[in-house]
Order: sequence, then C-alpha cells, then structure tokens
Amino acid sequence: MNRRTLLAGVAMGLALTTGGAAQAQMDKVKACFVYVGPIGDGGWTYQHHQGLLAVEAAYGDKVETAYQESVPEGADAERVLTQMALSGCNIIFTTSFGYMDATNSVAAKFPDVKFEHATGYKRESPNVAVYDARFYEGRAVIGTIAGRMTKSNKIGYIASFPIPEVIQGINSSFIHARKVNPDVTISVVWAYTWFDPAKEADAAKALIEQGVDVILQHTDSTAPLAEAAKTPGVIGFGQASDMAAYKPSPRVASIIDNWAPYYVKRVGMLLDGTWESTASWEGIAAGEVEIGEITDAVPAEVKAEAEAIRDAIAAGTYHPFTGPLNKQDGSAWLAEGEVAEDGVLAGMNFYVEGITGDIPQ
Amino acid sequence: MDMFGGINPAVLIASLMAASVPIMLAAIGELVVEKSGVLNLGVEGMMIMGAVCGFVTAVGTGSAVLGFLGGAAGAMAMALVFAVLTQVLLANQVATGLALTLFGLGLSSLIGQGYVGIKPPPTGAVPFGPLADIPVIGRILFSHDPIVYLSIAAIAAVWAVLRFTRTGLILRAVGESHDAAHALGYKVTRIRVLAILFGGAMAGLGGAYVSLVRVPQWTDGITSGAGWIALAIVVFAAWKPWRVLIGAYLFGGITVLQLNLQAAGARIPVEYLSMSPYLITILVLVLMSADRARAAMNAPAALGKNFHASR
Repeated sequence: MNRRTLLAGVAMGLALTTGGAAQAQMDKVKACFVYVGPIGDGGWTYQHHQGLLAVEAAYGDKVETAYQESVPEGADAERVLTQMALSGCNIIFTTSFGYMDATNSVAAKFPDVKFEHATGYKRESPNVAVYDARFYEGRAVIGTIAGRMTKSNKIGYIASFPIPEVIQGINSSFIHARKVNPDVTISVVWAYTWFDPAKEADAAKALIEQGVDVILQHTDSTAPLAEAAKTPGVIGFGQASDMAAYKPSPRVASIIDNWAPYYVKRVGMLLDGTWESTASWEGIAAGEVEIGEITDAVPAEVKAEAEAIRDAIAAGTYHPFTGPLNKQDGSAWLAEGEVAEDGVLAGMNFYVEGITGDIPQ
Repeated sequence: MDMFGGINPAVLIASLMAASVPIMLAAIGELVVEKSGVLNLGVEGMMIMGAVCGFVTAVGTGSAVLGFLGGAAGAMAMALVFAVLTQVLLANQVATGLALTLFGLGLSSLIGQGYVGIKPPPTGAVPFGPLADIPVIGRILFSHDPIVYLSIAAIAAVWAVLRFTRTGLILRAVGESHDAAHALGYKVTRIRVLAILFGGAMAGLGGAYVSLVRVPQWTDGITSGAGWIALAIVVFAAWKPWRVLIGAYLFGGITVLQLNLQAAGARIPVEYLSMSPYLITILVLVLMSADRARAAMNAPAALGKNFHASR
C-alpha cells in the first residue's frame, strides 16, 4: 500500500469520484491502446505510443502491450475495442475524443476490463476512467513567445475542430500574446481535420500570404512547420511532439504531450489493485504537458519571460485564465484575480475579447 | 491591388496553381487509362506510393529530379501489378483498384518507417530572371517550380495526342470497342497495359509533388484522399483533357480561396467555406449528368469491361 500513500500526494486535477471497489492485485497486465492516426505521424499518436513504450520499460515482463493504429472514430472503433476485450486486454486506452461513445458502450459489456478514454467526459460504467491534459497551459507559454516575436503583429492559428480543447488553446494563446503585445491580432483557420498534411500546409500558406509571421497549430502533422520553413522570418511551434527536425527555426519551441507518467501510473494501479474510475486533467505541474527547448532564434529576455510563465504555472501560482477577462461580445467573464473554473473550461464555446471572427457552431 | 477582403488575386492564383498540381497530374493520367477502357480506382494507392518512393529516392540521392523519377517509377510498379491482375488474369477492375489503394497505403507506410522527420532536397522555382518581376503576370506565370509547368504541358500533350495522332485514335478505339479494335489487328491488352503504366507514372509524379514540394516531408497517409478527388475530376471533365485542368484549378482554387478567406477574416461562416470545394464539385457533376444522354456519350463505351481475345 506504499504506492497508494505516495499517489495520494499527487495533485489530482479534478475531483476524484470513487468507482469500482479496489480489486485484487494482479501478477501480469495486458495493456492495449487504440490510436486514431499512424504512430509515424510525428505528433499526437506518436506521443501516445511513446507512453506505451514507457509502460513496457517500467514494468518489463509484468506487462504485455498491444496497439492498433489508424482506427476510425465511430462504429469501427467499437469492433476493435470488442476484439481487444475478448483477446485478454485488462486495460484499454482509447486515445481520441471520437472514441467516447464506443468506449462506454463496450465497457458496459466487459465489466472486468478497465477502459481509459482520452479527452472525453463520459463515464457511464465504474470501469471507465477519463483523462486529459491541460494543453492550454502550454499555449500560454508559446502565446507569450508569439506575441513578442511577431513583427507584423499578426499571428495565425491552424485549428482542427471547434471543440472546447481547441477553443481553450486559441483563447490562451491570444490572451498571452496580447498581454505582451497590445497590437497583436489573431487569424484562425479551421481545417476540419486532425491530420491532413497537404491541407495543413495550404492553411499555413494562406496565413503567411495574409501577412502572418507566427503560426500556431492545433493539428497533428509537421506540414505547417515545413511551409513556414519556406518563408524567411516566419516561425512556428512543435505541436504534441517536439518536432525537433525543424529546430532552431521555424520551430522555436514546442508543446509536448507527455502521456508516459499517466500510463505508467494507471497500469501500476491495476497491478497492485488500486485502480479506480477517475477523471484526470493534469498539466505542466504533473509533467503531462511539457515545453520543448526554446531555441536560440528567440531572444534571451523573451525566453526568460516564457520560462517564468511556465514555472509559475508549474508552481500553481499562476492560472492562464485569470481575470480581468471579458468574452468576445464585451460581457464580463472573470473579475480581477478570478480564476476560470474547470467546468467552464471543459465546455468552453466562446472567444475572449479581442479575437475577431466567429466560432463555427 | 487587393480585392475581396485583403486577398491579393495574383498571389491567390499562383497558390491555386501549385495546390492543383497533384490532382491534375493524377487526373490526366487516369483520363488516359479510362480512355483506353480501363477503370483504375487505385489512384490513391499509386499516388501515395509515388509520394514515398519519390521521397526515399530524393533523400537517398540528394536530387529532387531523381526523386520525381523515383516516384513515377514506384507508382508504375503498382500500376504494373494492377495491369497484370486485370489485363492478364482478367480480375475485376473495381475490386482490384480498391485493393491497390489499400495495398499502397499499407506498403507506403512500411517503406516510409525510417523517413519520418527528414527533410528532402528542395525543389526550386524555374529561374525566369527578370520575367518573374513583372507585376501580377510574373507572380502568376513565372514564379513556379518545373512540375507546375510540366502538369500543364501534360494536359496539352494528352489533348494533342488524343485529338490529332494515330496513337490517340487507336487508344480511343480500344476504349470504345475493344472487339472492333481487336478485329482490326490492334493489340488491345498491350495498349491497355501501356495506358495503365502511363496513368501510374502520372499519379506517381503527383504523389511525389505532395511529399517533395507541397508538404516537403514524409508522414503516413500524406496524400489524404487526393487520388479520389482526381477520379472525380475525370468524370467532372467528361474525359476531356482541358476540362481536367479546369476541374483541378476549380477544386484547388476553391480550397485555397476558402483558407485565404478564413485567414483574411471574411465574414462568411466557416462551415460553408470548408464545404464549398466538395459542394461545387457535386453541383457541377449534377448539372453535367442532368443531360443523361450527353453524359453517357462521353464515357468510353468499353470502360471497366474486361477483354478476352477468344470472343
């Protein structure tokens, strides 16, 4: 039970609700992963797979792993999950928002198998847990760099789908860019895809043609960086993975999703019988969101400023959504010093004041 | 100089010309294949094989030109598999084409395993010197890489061959009535195999353009459906080469335009902008097929039918 007391000290992002009762310890766990893209995407799925490798490294022959790549979100996912549950998986990680309903429906049929769904919010059975990362904390850091680095005062954001996670990212980036540069404006392009290199490159190109010189992306490929590399003076950031191939410029920093601590922790809990249905939402403090190396293309004082924000978030002394903040229509949202509640962030469907354009509904 | 909401039309047209190259090359290749009476639905698979083989060749040799040739060769190898199955073993063309796409997607992923995160050698613009500095015209006509000009030249060449040469006449005859062509002594199977290989080479060039110029990198699934759009454009173009150019520019143009409108902050709901390329493609297809007799007349009569000499 040492591990349990140790884990109790870990700050949980959200309130824990106790699901199933503690089970017996296990000698060997089969951990399975469902991926939305290829592990060679250089971004989102690649990082989840690094988490799988970390689980293997941590538990050696006490753990067996299996994974399936490029599983479409929808009915197909249900078939894959059922097959995994039947083939002896003890815990199944479903690593994309679109697997939410399939995860809950299969979990209801296999009460002895644990299911962990990434970025979702539904837990219909006691054997389902959800987990997410506070990517907006990373956006606060790179938004600061973007605001300082832009010469045209135009920053661009390649957005995937209009879901709360993406809107949090746009708002957090803009708030912190505006904080250091009152003249900055943000152009948002909706790509309606998580992964389409050609389209992402086109979106980056369109932004550059509109005079944007700093590109932030919320899509999974390195194509926007490759496009930025063609135009001198345009910079971007690694997304999900470090994307170090584009160092020192155009990639001047990155937001890295590090799922390894969570995956190792959850498989460990299953091994020693302490697994419970939880909703985890960790960020920089827990090491789940990391800021990749800020390269020499960024002046030292800007780098120091960005790192100070990162460290303040990690220490818990600063929250990226701290008032005074108004909504886009000018109505008050957060008073001076007030911090956004997780519930509001998890359902975020509005821009903050200063962003032009509408969120597709 | 700026029109509609801060978008420079010269820059926009130059962008759409580059964005349309992959689908244009793949579509003109598929047009020749279909003109010979063969329906190859494996364009996507050939394109992505072209993308990965082109990338691997370019990285290995350090030459973009060799990369494009490697891409064409890789996709031709895929086309050869299709040709053997459908022309020699007389397999069903639709099923074989679909299988070719699935096979190509998987094989390209396997070949590309070690190439993620590597940058290929750059493909520069053609040096037109002072011509590129002419306002507007220079940006539109003289600012591209060689493949953009090659794609337009390919359209012109296919049009000229089909319309004015004996080769084109034979190819069309085989596509309209393989029995009649066979009775006249033409080698139907050989002509179709050559057409399929040409289609493969073009799809491969288009795929290589994606991985070497448009997105200069390799990632799994990089072509993301461009092959299917190319297939639609062939129908859209009613099997006429210049209409392939118009179709590709229309689709590429609307795609680039909607992204530019978004970036410029146009006050049009994003959903409509994102839908527009597909919507307009469907709309034009509906308008064209409204006149049923004319639409049917344009399709090669023997399209998708297998030929066996004993009949």
